[in-house]
Formats: sequence, C-alpha cells, structure tokens
Amino acid sequence: MEDSTKREAFQERIDKGETIEPKDFMPDRYRQQLIRMMSQHAHSEIVGMLPEGNWITRAPSLRRKLILLSKVQDEAGHGLYLYSATETLGASRQEVIDDLLNGRAKYSSIFNYPTLSWADVAVIGWLVDGAAIINQTMLARSSYGPYARAMVRICKEESFHKKQGYEMVAKMAEGTPEQQEMIQDAVNRWWWPTLMMFGPHDDDSPNSAELIKWGVKSKTNDELRQSFVDRHVQEAHTVGLEIPDPDLEYNEETGHWNFGEIDWDEFWKVVKGNGPMNRERLNARRKAHEEGEWVREAAEEYARKRKLRQEKVS
Amino acid sequence: MSKDENLKSNNDDTQWPLWEVFTQPREGKPHEHAGSLHAPDAEMALENARDVYARRKEAVNIWVVPSEQIVASKGEDAGPFFDPADDKPYRHPQFYSVPRATKRRS
Ligand SMILES: [Fe+2]
Ligand SMILES: [Fe+2]
Repeated sequence: MEDSTKREAFQERIDKGETIEPKDFMPDRYRQQLIRMMSQHAHSEIVGMLPEGNWITRAPSLRRKLILLSKVQDEAGHGLYLYSATETLGASRQEVIDDLLNGRAKYSSIFNYPTLSWADVAVIGWLVDGAAIINQTMLARSSYGPYARAMVRICKEESFHKKQGYEMVAKMAEGTPEQQEMIQDAVNRWWWPTLMMFGPHDDDSPNSAELIKWGVKSKTNDELRQSFVDRHVQEAHTVGLEIPDPDLEYNEETGHWNFGEIDWDEFWKVVKGNGPMNRERLNARRKAHEEGEWVREAAEEYARKRKLRQEKVS
Repeated sequence: MSKDENLKSNNDDTQWPLWEVFTQPREGKPHEHAGSLHAPDAEMALENARDVYARRKEAVNIWVVPSEQIVASKGEDAGPFFDPADDKPYRHPQFYSVPRATKRRS
C-alpha cells in the first residue's frame, strides 16, 4: 500500500503545476495510466506510417515524394520519442512492442481506415495531423516531464505535417474538376473518423476525469473536438470545400460551430478491432518486424566485429 | 502490460543497451538532454541519435551516454540533499548592502 500522505503530497505538487520526473514518487495508478496512454500514443505514430507509406511509391511528383517520405520518417521519430519516454516509467520496450504485435495494445482508430486515393494523403495531413496538433499541444503541458517534453518536440514537426497537407488540399480544390471531386471525396470519407479521434463524449470517458485531476490532460475530449471543428470548418470554407455534416451550423451566441452526432456504433466497432483495416495494419507491422530481423542481426554483428578489431589494436 | 508467457516474444532481439542522448543546439551553448534510444554500440547510438533527434539541424554536436552510467540525485531527497545551500544567503549578492557609488562628472 502506498501511504496516503505521499499521495496527498503528490496531488499537491500536481495542483501547483509542478512537473513530475521519472525518479519522483508517483501513485501506481498514475504510472500505469501513463504507460497505457503513452504506449498507445507511440503505437499510433508507428501504425500511422502505414496508410501514408502506402502512397510513397506513387507520389505524383518528386517534390511530393520527398515531402511524404520525410513526413513518414518524422512519424517513426515520434514513435521513438514516445517509446523512450514510456521507458522512463519502468516499462520495457520489448513488452510494449510485443503488446502491439500480438494485438493486445490499442492505437488510434483513425489508422484503421484505408487510403484510397492520393487525395487521402492531402486530407490526412490536413485533418488527422491537424487533430493531432490540437491534442498534442495540450499534452505538451502534461504533468509528466518526459511526456511533455516529447510533445514539445513532436508539435514543432506536426506543423509541417499539417501545412504540407493543407497546401495540397488547397491546390486540389482549385484544380481540375477531377481533382476537385477527388479531394471532396477524401474529405467526405475522413471527416467523421477524424472527429472520432478525440474519443467518446466526456460522460462516456471514464479515464478523462482522472487524467485531468492528475494534470496529464487539461481539456476534455469534447472541448478538444470543438476546437478542432471550429478551426477546420473555417479552413475548409476558405478553399471552397464542404464538410459532410448537414447539422453543421455557426452558433452566434457561443461563437462555435454546432455539429451533428458521431456514429458511435462505428466508433466502437473500429475500437474493438473490426474496422476496415485493423487486421491488415497489424499484419503489416508484424511483417515489417520480421523482415527487419536481418537488419538487427547485421547491426549486432557489426558491433561485435568492431569491438574485436578494437581489442586487437590495443 | 501483462506479458503472455505462452506467446514467444516477437522481438527478443531489440533490447540493445539504452543510451541517453544530449544535444548541443548551437556552438557555445551547453548540451541538453534530448531523450534516449537503444543501439548495439556507441557509434550506432550516435548515428541513430542524429537521425532521431537532429533531423532539422537541432544540434551541432551530440553526446551519447550509456543510461546505466548516469548517477542521479533522487527527486524525493531534493530537500535534504540540497539543504546545505539553504542557510547560506551570504552566497548571493542580495545579502550585501553597500553604499551606492554615483558617477562623477568632474
Ligand atoms: Fe506524429
Ligand atoms: Fe504527423
């Protein structure tokens, strides 16, 4: 049992806005919740490379190919920052990754939707990375130091991700009729899944209150979703795109956009593993891991030989 | 994080030593902790650190240090550990009152 004075002192530190560091006392549940949340976040970055990676070889120009390659590489980096931050809580990376490969861990459901056309790459950058920025800007103020610092690093890179996406969205929106149709179709398919990224309503989100109490999060799912809608509706209208929501309406009183209800059946279906691409994504991860085995072996062998050589010299 | 004992671990081979990465943002500035990574030896740790923590010229120099070599003071002991400095206000310039010397014009 942890003693309650320690727990109270911990809560006091949080309330004062202090940052918790790896060696500090923290309640077990705080540690466990963070390991769960941060490893899921790391997995999302890694699985998130797949839908876009799918288009690298088919990019329409060298410029777009360079940009996409570098974005996808950033996502790998984000995964690594986060795995490394998770390890500071005492989690073993091997176990965390095993949980992903064996289907025990969750990652963001958005990546269980397919990328059907090049316009999807544009819309993912704009909407999905746009949603990530809203969430991660909040997490950059999180109470756990290593998590917050990883987020600061990530946020800097995400602004490039969103901007390159929105640039492409804008270009296609003023392009040929086919391009306009492609981009609108992509928005139609990605809008609702992106809104689902913020998670269930506050009433149905048991973790939310606890995470807010602990200063891990500072805004609720619904608050974050609303700021996403407000920002992206404006951006859609600026380039002449429509948002596929008949209930969308500006509310003069609140200064926010009212929007329709999310299809929660679909949300839970995808979360529980029955989305269009769940199986495919996990298989791709496993395959990549297996096919990377020779690289890991080679690196080890290289290190061993270099050590031998150095020993001979001295 | 329950490790299922029946399932063979998919990645017994990725637990290389852990390295802490410190980056120097500009010449003349001190190195700062950036994060950590796993690598089979120091040289590969450096190369990985460059690819992970300096893709946008965030560093002009990188240190990698085996994590187990770092000795840190404990957060909980912060009070007792640092309190030798508590009662020594005379180490700060504010402790002293001195006559104010004014600039003379002639
Ligand atoms: Fe990312
Ligand atoms: Fe991103």
